[in-house]
Amino acid sequence: MSTPIAYFVVVSAMLFAIGTVGVLIRKNALVIFMSVELQLNAVNLALVSFSRMHGNLNGQVVAFFSMVVAAAEVVVGLAIIVVVYRRRQSASVDDLTVLRG
Amino acid sequence: MAVDEIVFWVFAPISIGSAIAMLLQRNAVHAALFLVVNFFTIAVFYLVLGASFLFAVQIIVYAGAIMVLFLFVIMLLGVDRQEPLVERLRGQRVMAIVLGTGVAIELIVAIRAGIGFATKAPANFDETVNRGGNAEALARVLFRQYFFPFEVTSVLLIVAAIAVVVLASRQRRAITRAEAANTRQREAV
Repeated sequence: MSTPIAYFVVVSAMLFAIGTVGVLIRKNALVIFMSVELQLNAVNLALVSFSRMHGNLNGQVVAFFSMVVAAAEVVVGLAIIVVVYRRRQSASVDDLTVLRG
Repeated sequence: MAVDEIVFWVFAPISIGSAIAMLLQRNAVHAALFLVVNFFTIAVFYLVLGASFLFAVQIIVYAGAIMVLFLFVIMLLGVDRQEPLVERLRGQRVMAIVLGTGVAIELIVAIRAGIGFATKAPANFDETVNRGGNAEALARVLFRQYFFPFEVTSVLLIVAAIAVVVLASRQRRAITRAEAANTRQREAV
């Protein structure tokens, strides 16, 4: 393998940063949730790269577990968005001002 | 130029580009489709990095199941309208982009300090670590060293399934005694 491992980690870092910007600037709760998924995937890519670099499979196992947790998290998060939408007829986070202190 | 270099330089721009396109897309359905593209490129990176099992899982679970769930909810709620561009907090967007760029630069500097841009992975990954195929090697680690966490994830999945059923079921309004008497009266007439 002739590509330096750092290149993959740099791609993963950039994807993570893009996901961060997405969480900060988007208003639609679903798109914010998608940005969180992008961040999770970026971290998984870094884990698999490190697994390749160190020559063992522990990183891949952790990435596998993080995929399982992400699947559970997506299901619960989408259910919460559906419930909120039913109550307020909107998926925009700007409308969710009932939690304001 | 080796094969993995060509694959990397073809797919890295697609990966970053589809992520930025997802960010800029004002329609939620289009954003979801760009995210699918991004998940596929990440799956290709897994293949290059010798994680062929995670490559399959990435496509089946992420690009398949999770994104279908996302699209299903978008369609169900009908939120594929374009979102308004008004800012509640003034300068939020500019600040977010500045901070995001800061995060990226900081991470890249940390990668340079931590592993360096020239470090190459050991060459004989497939012969040593992935002996007998990646799926078999991963199973050997997963079911010996990480057996207990693996069992705990099954509990997590069951809890998530129950939570969704509880959350998504429409709460029936408790019938009050007056309403019950009302219907009984109507039935009597």
